Amino acid sequence: MAADWLTHRGVKSAKKSVNLSGEFLARFLLALLVIGTPLWIWAARRGETAVTVHALMPEKGGFLPDTLTAAVGVPLELNLISDDVMHGFAVGQTGWPAVDVKPGQMTEVTLTFAEPGTYTYYCTRWCGPNHWRMRGTIEVTGAEEREAPPASPPLYVELELDIDAPHELDILLKTPPSAARGAELDITLPSEFLSRDVYLTQTPFEVWQALRLASETAALTDEDVWDLVAAAWHSQTTDEQIQRGQTLYNQNCAACHGSGGGGDGVFGQAFDQASDFTDSQTMLGASTAVFDGKIRRGGMGTGMPYWGTIFTDEEIDALIAYLWTFQFPMDNE
Amino acid sequence: MKRSDLTRIPVVKALLVNRWPQFILRIVALAGFVVAILAGLLGTPVGSRNLSIVFVWIAWWALLILAAVPLFGRGWCTVCPIPMAGEWLQNGALLGPRKRETGDQRSETSSNLQSLVSSLRLRPWPKRFRNIWLQNGGFLLLALFSAVVLTQPMVTAVILAAFLFLAVGAALIFERRAFCRYLCPVGGFIGLYSQVAPLEVRVRDTAVCAAHTDKTCYTGNENGYGCPWGVFPGGLIKNTYCGACLECLRTCPHDNIAIQIRPVGADLTVARGRKLDEAFKAFIMLGSAVVYSAVMLGPWGWLKTTAYSVGSLAWLGYALAFLLLILGALPGLFYLATWAGTAQRGNRRALRQRFTANAYALVPLGLMAWIAFSLSFVFANISYLWPVMSDPFGWGWDLFGTAALNWTPYLSRVVPALQTLVLVGGLAWAAGTARKIAAEKRGGTAVPVIIYCFFITVGLLWLLIG
Repeated sequence: MAADWLTHRGVKSAKKSVNLSGEFLARFLLALLVIGTPLWIWAARRGETAVTVHALMPEKGGFLPDTLTAAVGVPLELNLISDDVMHGFAVGQTGWPAVDVKPGQMTEVTLTFAEPGTYTYYCTRWCGPNHWRMRGTIEVTGAEEREAPPASPPLYVELELDIDAPHELDILLKTPPSAARGAELDITLPSEFLSRDVYLTQTPFEVWQALRLASETAALTDEDVWDLVAAAWHSQTTDEQIQRGQTLYNQNCAACHGSGGGGDGVFGQAFDQASDFTDSQTMLGASTAVFDGKIRRGGMGTGMPYWGTIFTDEEIDALIAYLWTFQFPMDNE
Repeated sequence: MKRSDLTRIPVVKALLVNRWPQFILRIVALAGFVVAILAGLLGTPVGSRNLSIVFVWIAWWALLILAAVPLFGRGWCTVCPIPMAGEWLQNGALLGPRKRETGDQRSETSSNLQSLVSSLRLRPWPKRFRNIWLQNGGFLLLALFSAVVLTQPMVTAVILAAFLFLAVGAALIFERRAFCRYLCPVGGFIGLYSQVAPLEVRVRDTAVCAAHTDKTCYTGNENGYGCPWGVFPGGLIKNTYCGACLECLRTCPHDNIAIQIRPVGADLTVARGRKLDEAFKAFIMLGSAVVYSAVMLGPWGWLKTTAYSVGSLAWLGYALAFLLLILGALPGLFYLATWAGTAQRGNRRALRQRFTANAYALVPLGLMAWIAFSLSFVFANISYLWPVMSDPFGWGWDLFGTAALNWTPYLSRVVPALQTLVLVGGLAWAAGTARKIAAEKRGGTAVPVIIYCFFITVGLLWLLIG
């Protein structure tokens, strides 16, 4: 029955035949649309020269691929696309502005490197608790490879500091030290307390102790001396630097450390180890060199990522200048 | 209301009988189908930026539920590309029956393909499955995974491809369009709701069919194939299983087939041919509309997350609750309503018959529920179509200059009013149908069924409009 129906053996007369040219045209159209369309898609895709970089939440893979290569002076075309949530893309130590990588939407970026080296690209949007793991590298080679000058070691290495050692103090300040109040005291600090070296290598507590012993501050209260320390620290920074540091902090650090520096950022709660920059007991026992080291190297085992390949020296200085404002605010009464 | 026969208009009939218009629409749909599968497999996994999700679950769905089903019934089945490949393998031709072989003369269109076709020993579909229970099960299965299916392009692509393979597989084993008739989860509810459509394929005079010994509408002739849906048009009393494929219009030598405009919902009050599998399809569709409204449009994030976390313990609980609601609570309460409204409470068989009959009152209610539900997300999300048309894979293309258009919800202020109108209209329609069905038997009342429908409507109004 089935075969009869298919081949019409049961039909008594066959007056009409299928129009063969019509059948062939139908097959041609079918092939054109059904086979031609995928072929056209394939051909259009084949002509694309840009490298497509997919951005996914780090738990699902982060940047794919996470290693790229380029040559000095040769534009590297990237098609950036997020496969889940909003991400960002920036290349560390270049100063190039970050771009958003939107879900399902291609963002085209062209990078041209002037110097060979290994560059780190990273996500600039808080995409999830492991946002900071979202990184990749670009190996840039040059036609004329130069031997890179030996990099000077970070300050904490030079000073042989153990940046992982606890630096809590057994002190409790009644009021946060104020650089503004310190300036109002109208005391000229000995120049050694205002040197860059002191700011970089000494802890505020060490400077406070030294000042406490100095004759110029003999008549001052402990709180006044803390205000002087705040003023000394503030003298090593500029408003522009602090502003720059604040921008960097909000973009890169606040997710874990909180916008108020309290270690209570949206992702920091997941780690439960994000430093509290408002805690004077830990902050005043640390030096700028310690912060510099932690930022560059990252916090071993704490979830704190390394930023040494992303931030420039100036950016790290600006960031630390801003971190100190959590202890030494200018407008504190 | 008098029926109006569209095939009396020569231009309309010529367009319907000619295979080209239907064929063009089908291959365009097939190309779209293939691109949707490719987009799902190769394109961005972000659903709102992938053609497979936006095109299939927003655009196609809107077209289907807001226009094709309510206005044309099986109109989508007329142009559906899914059975094309299988039919080609069965028939050996795309456009129409090939020339009959006479003696040793080979067909003019002979080919290896036709050798394959000739070698097929197609079987009739198994008797025990000649119902829509498999379609009911298929739809339920899809519905359970819908949160994933509707949002993940890869899953959508796999399902679309599976439909295609199933259709081809069924065509290579069984006669006619076995996939469409007995397996397609979409075809099942299209068939149910096509009963309300104001369009029908019927014979003009059943006596002509009775006298026609060849029954070419069923066996086929040189002008067309025997009904691919295995339906004898002379016996058609409802739209449910007529696939609107137009073959009978081509094969009838007596010009006895009519495509008519008729009163909406005309099939619902036809007492003959009511079946329990169709009744349960009504519950499945109504219940799914309720659950979808809660999961996809409701304010409960945990419910959405649960529906999405397929395989988890929470999801198993969700799946169980879903099935209990649709296969237990809704039919159970409806059985009570039927029991309360019938005079033959002691007669189980009669009660079951009334239960099945009354369930047809849920057909307009269910269709209106789906329309109301679809109005929400279709108008809210249809603007995703513009960028996706230009960049179907999320590869940064801009074919029509619309890739950068932002998402914009349309008619957001009007939609709640429209939904209210649709749902209340559905209730009135269901109540009217329930009364007509109740009037078929003496001593029965439609009030309990109407109360049932009322509570469902109130629930949907709460879920959709709040």
